[in-house]
Amino acid sequence: MTGTMKMPYSPNSLSQTGAEVRISHLGKSFGERPVLTDFELNISPGEFIAIVGHSGCGKSTLLRLICGLEDPSEGSIELNGRPVREQISEARIMFQDNRLLPWRRVLENVGIGQRGNWEPAALEALEQVGLGARAHDWPAVLSGGQRQRVALARALVSHPKLLLLDEPLGALDALTRLDMQRLIEDVWIRQGFTAILVTHDVTEAVMLADRVIVMENGVARLVRRIDRPRPRVRGDNYLSAIEAEILSRLLSRP
Amino acid sequence: MNSITRSFSNALRATIPWAVPIGILLVWQIAASLHWISSTVIPAPSAVLAAGIRTAASGELFRHIGVSTARAAAGFALGGSIGFVFGLLNGVSKPAARLLDSSFQMVRNVPHLALIPLFILWFGIDERIKLYLVALGVFFPIYLNTFHGVRTVDTGLVEMGRAYGLSRAELFRQVIFPGALPSILVGVRFALGITWLTLVVAETIAASSGIGYMTMNAREFLQTDVVLLGILIYAVLGKLADSGTQLLERRCLAWHPAFATQGAKN
Repeated sequence: MTGTMKMPYSPNSLSQTGAEVRISHLGKSFGERPVLTDFELNISPGEFIAIVGHSGCGKSTLLRLICGLEDPSEGSIELNGRPVREQISEARIMFQDNRLLPWRRVLENVGIGQRGNWEPAALEALEQVGLGARAHDWPAVLSGGQRQRVALARALVSHPKLLLLDEPLGALDALTRLDMQRLIEDVWIRQGFTAILVTHDVTEAVMLADRVIVMENGVARLVRRIDRPRPRVRGDNYLSAIEAEILSRLLSRP
Repeated sequence: MNSITRSFSNALRATIPWAVPIGILLVWQIAASLHWISSTVIPAPSAVLAAGIRTAASGELFRHIGVSTARAAAGFALGGSIGFVFGLLNGVSKPAARLLDSSFQMVRNVPHLALIPLFILWFGIDERIKLYLVALGVFFPIYLNTFHGVRTVDTGLVEMGRAYGLSRAELFRQVIFPGALPSILVGVRFALGITWLTLVVAETIAASSGIGYMTMNAREFLQTDVVLLGILIYAVLGKLADSGTQLLERRCLAWHPAFATQGAKN
């Protein structure tokens, strides 16, 4: 941190920058197959939500619905009281694969979709993820972890009110993943956006989230609030207990 | 290794591909000078060079080269742009592809050179026959590779573009076109080969100017050296066009690890 004092985490002090998310009666079917049914979720501004569940439980579809890549079959998603469709630029998504344009330099990738004089903001976002020096490289010469950090910078450059993370660390090696977790928590504390993380990694969910939601067959089966100061310590008994509970819930699928 | 010996070994490495052609030329020249082969069958390289100088001095050579190059360029531009437009259209729009693609595939199986008699009946031997034949030959490789290139653009990138608020035009310019470009350039290289091939045949059969006409004319006067010169000029023009495309590839695809000139890994 430079200059500013690092404040202890408190969601209320950051409520101006994060969006309040209200998901009601959300349903999505692909043909005959329902993926989400009557899904309800309210997220307070600046909250960090983690969603865990088996493959095909509808968690990725939920994120794609929120950022407008799919249209809901029924129900609604509102950001600060207005339909998300009308303010799609307030929500940014980060995918499991980095999805950088290989034919654009790192800086241009970060600035994609930005209008006007975007370069200073893009460079600032790159510096935030520690890659300011690589601004003029091709994505091809970066490592997997660096590319994913560029993707994070791209998601952050427009200062979104809601950040959607679709298993963004799933393809990274264990050490890089720990680094990225710390980085994501760091920018979340600094910028105060609302975050929804979809992950397979229960430890990751418990380390990062204010609330962990276990999804099964398109509905939220278990919601566990985690009141623990940040940065959290790995191997903390309280966190381990919650992790064990969530894991046993996931493994005891009927 | 110091820089002088390194640059020397680089220079040596650059000359190695030329060793075989130069060797053949030498053997050929010696064989012709010793009258092992008749100059009416194959004239010596020096005779071909002399023919080149002679026709160049009279201005005839450059006039024919100019005519042939202009035909190649016009035919390529016509067929290439039509192929490009339909390749894009069918790549982007599934209904358009369903309507048009199988028709194009049917026409593609007609060898375009087989149409020469028909074209002569329609157009005589004026400029249009060369233009249309080249355009027809160029259309398919450009069409197919553009179509394929657009179709195989990473859907994840397109989705990312949509999620990051790109308009349709921006999505095309920033994601779809650059993604399809490697494939399109492969089509361009194929098409250039077909351009010269078509032109050789068309100018030999139905023309009153151009390199092909020059060689056919020389044949009537048994000027084997000029015939050989014409063949060589076609080879040089084809090679130049191909090198131009390679240069274009290296410029446009600098991001591509396969074309990267430096620092592929860090």
